[in-house]
Amino acid sequence: MNAPTPPTSLERAEKLKGMGFKRKRVEDVRFTQGRGNYVDDIKLPGMLHGDFHRSSHAHARIVKIDTSKAKAVPGVVAVLTAEELKGVNLAWMPTLAGDVQMVLADGKVLFQNQEIAFIVATDRYIAADAADLVEVEYEALPVVVDPFKAMDADAPVLREDIKDKKDGAHGPRKHYNHIFNWSVGDKDLTDAAFVKAEVSTKDLLSYQRVHPCPLETCQTVCSYSKITGDLTIYGTFQAPHVIRTVVALISSIPEQKIHVISPDIGGGFGNKVGAYPGYICAAVASIVTGLPVKWVEDRIENLSTTSFARDYHMTTEIAATRDGRVQALRVHILADHGAFDACADPSKWPAGFSNIVTGSYDFPVAHLSVDGVYTNKAPGGVAYRCSFRVTEVVYALERAMDIMAQKLGMDPVDFRMKNFIKREQFPYQSALGWEYDSGDYHMAMDKAVAAIDYRKLREEQKAKQEAFKRGETRDIMGIGVCFFTEIVGAGPSKNCDILGIAMFDSAEIRIHPTGRVLGRMGSKSQGQGHETTWAQIIATEIGIPADDIAIEEGNTDTAPYGLGTYGSRSTPVAGAAIAMAARKIKAKAQMIAAYLLEVHEGDLEWDVDRFKVKGNPEQFKTMAQLAWAAYNKVPPGMEPGLEAVSYYDPPNMTYPFGAYFCVMDIDVDTGVHKVRRFYALDDCGTRINPMIIEGQVHGGCTEGYGIAMGQEIVYDAAGNVKGASLMDYFLPTAVETPHWETDFTVTPSPHHPIGAKGVGESPNVGSVPCFSNAVNDAFKFLGNVHMSMPHDAYRVWQAAEDLGLHK
Amino acid sequence: MSKSNVSMTVNGKAVAAEVESRTLLIHYLRENLSLTGPHIGCETSHCGACTVDIDGKSVKSCTIFAVQAAGANVLTIEGMAAADGTLHALQEAFREMHGLQCGYCTPGMIVRAHRLLQENKNPSEAEIRLGISGNLCRCTGYQNIVKAIQYAAAKINGVEYKEAAE
Repeated sequence: MNAPTPPTSLERAEKLKGMGFKRKRVEDVRFTQGRGNYVDDIKLPGMLHGDFHRSSHAHARIVKIDTSKAKAVPGVVAVLTAEELKGVNLAWMPTLAGDVQMVLADGKVLFQNQEIAFIVATDRYIAADAADLVEVEYEALPVVVDPFKAMDADAPVLREDIKDKKDGAHGPRKHYNHIFNWSVGDKDLTDAAFVKAEVSTKDLLSYQRVHPCPLETCQTVCSYSKITGDLTIYGTFQAPHVIRTVVALISSIPEQKIHVISPDIGGGFGNKVGAYPGYICAAVASIVTGLPVKWVEDRIENLSTTSFARDYHMTTEIAATRDGRVQALRVHILADHGAFDACADPSKWPAGFSNIVTGSYDFPVAHLSVDGVYTNKAPGGVAYRCSFRVTEVVYALERAMDIMAQKLGMDPVDFRMKNFIKREQFPYQSALGWEYDSGDYHMAMDKAVAAIDYRKLREEQKAKQEAFKRGETRDIMGIGVCFFTEIVGAGPSKNCDILGIAMFDSAEIRIHPTGRVLGRMGSKSQGQGHETTWAQIIATEIGIPADDIAIEEGNTDTAPYGLGTYGSRSTPVAGAAIAMAARKIKAKAQMIAAYLLEVHEGDLEWDVDRFKVKGNPEQFKTMAQLAWAAYNKVPPGMEPGLEAVSYYDPPNMTYPFGAYFCVMDIDVDTGVHKVRRFYALDDCGTRINPMIIEGQVHGGCTEGYGIAMGQEIVYDAAGNVKGASLMDYFLPTAVETPHWETDFTVTPSPHHPIGAKGVGESPNVGSVPCFSNAVNDAFKFLGNVHMSMPHDAYRVWQAAEDLGLHK
Repeated sequence: MSKSNVSMTVNGKAVAAEVESRTLLIHYLRENLSLTGPHIGCETSHCGACTVDIDGKSVKSCTIFAVQAAGANVLTIEGMAAADGTLHALQEAFREMHGLQCGYCTPGMIVRAHRLLQENKNPSEAEIRLGISGNLCRCTGYQNIVKAIQYAAAKINGVEYKEAAE
């Protein structure tokens, strides 16, 4: 049958508001009316409030903790220190990275603002008053702030608990402040390629310590019932099921008695993946008091203690032929993990997926080696809107590609185009072990270059440079180029787990008799709009309007077990589970339709929202009719009902990619920049909701702009964290934030049921090197090779000063 | 801690309570009145998630005491819709233009935008960007928030909304 689709089908498809439709968000109805339900909105009868007394030192032995004055404050119910936690074996807790971490300081403190005592009081003001009255006597110890000095022979011992341990969770340690070495690739072949390289570059490219800083901080309300032994934990958790399992493993409470609920979350960006001391202390305090206990971080606590991101120092080398073909990539990374290795990566990946460092280019050989070290800084190492250390290495590679192009005297776009993996090479085996699923990099770059009229911009830049040299202007123009390949959708059970749990995800779909639907997933939205988009996938798959489908996430009692939302894994993994569960429902519905229409199943064909008899379209049953029939007229021998569950173990990662361009003008006398244009072309495979994708790209680029142009968590030589408040930590306002131009190509993932790849993190990954390349490109004609981020006005001015531009 | 009686009008209703003199307005609204629309994001008046309208001015309720609002007329996000439940043009516009994601900044952002449109009925993009620069958003990159405010302004002014070329 080659008849054109009748218009009625199109109309019916429109009504579904399924995949590809710019559906307005379901969530917004409550959020725009102030009716969201975030953790701090939860108020339980008798609820107490917890607050921390924190360390003023970065490294010190604790001589004495005196809590008597704090305990004497009227309204204080309990004060916990490590001594109290030892009674329940919780003074230390395991980290996601195979290390252990103090919950409350045990004998010494290892970073400033480390948690020392937890005060529980009848209101948050009293808890804060009492926290100030805890008295701690310290004996200061020498501090390690610079990761390059962490493994010096005379460096102070940071982790006395493991100083004699020769092996860590990821193999041998070569120094008491060393955490792991992780190496991948063929070292001999790579070294040999560099020996005979016609041209090579070697640069230390650092990605500063930053923080995801969602607008809502980390928070919890824990409520333990001494009667039933049930522990209910509300919290800002990106992965509620994982939190439940962690609590079960470290406490004596059985997992079925632990109820973890993530209500609405005010942004996550990786900050809310880990388990933090505040959660443990609130839970213990609730168990001790028998009353609910709320803990809410303030902003300074958030920026200085619960997770950081990046702090990767990447010595990056490229070998190439004189005519611009890349021959080898060699990268060594020094990773500053802070006081405990609380890096949030899949358990077997101590440096995340940093072996995606070969990026979009056909490197014949490569070698990567990563050393993690302890310093006196906050623990963490989360994926700040990126898939596990991907944004760090994409930054290093994309800076290094620009530097090599500069050395070769080639245009950065031409150099990239010459070395792209070609469309016919997919599925592509990278030199560092990944199998890229699909891509068409040349098509994407061609489209981007045409869209921004790149060649003309270079001509304009050349004219401006001439004018600058003639002294006619003090403005210089930079054009930033970035072509990135992401690796997301962790991940296949063969190589991805968290604490031994494979990184699948899940969906449960129930079709009610009236044709309305309830879907529950193991993912957890923090602003991504899952309640809207998950319903769109189901709508297209089974032909029931998205508006008739309710989506629930975040309650471990009702949602199927899932690994949560981070690393752009929701669409690649949970999105696939949704499609697979929907297809199980459709298959059962087809059997019911065949029975009702008295034909063979094979005589039916699917048409948007119904099964119709082939060659006789008047004979059909809609999905709504089949839903009703599923509860009263199923074929003999078939179970009634219409529900399905899918646990999806992805066969591979997905590899979204994109071409980003930035045009920037910089005043060399002030260091002030103006972003004239920013163009982001993303290929995330099949697009579920273009409106939401564009919103994700706007947001990710804005975060990337903040990182590249101003964000840094700075420590002074004594380990004092400087600027951990919004007074100093740069979050772009609407005034600085550039205008975003978005574009796309569509290269579906061949292994994903709907071909989707995920998009949330691409813009952060792609925009940071793009901005940095723009700044560096602007100064290139004046002799600059590399300036480090963040490129705030002072640092840019300083760089101009160093280049002698103010004489 | 000494306590004072404060009374004020919140979303058109007279309210009175005895509060500690140090109680911040945001805590009074959220905990005493259960108006959890305004949020706490920084406690240093940088982020604007706690923005409410007090006597015709946008105020960050995390850095004023409840007693300072004695006698004042306070509007929060909960008071934006009409009594019959009809949404305010800004509430519709934020949804229509995808001006929010996690929703945490949204109540403060809408209340601020409401005051901005009182001060300037037809603001330019630059005026909107400056006008909301005391309210931070970590999700949207502001572009769609600007559009939402333009969309609402057009609706309030009874003119057709025209999207600027990308």
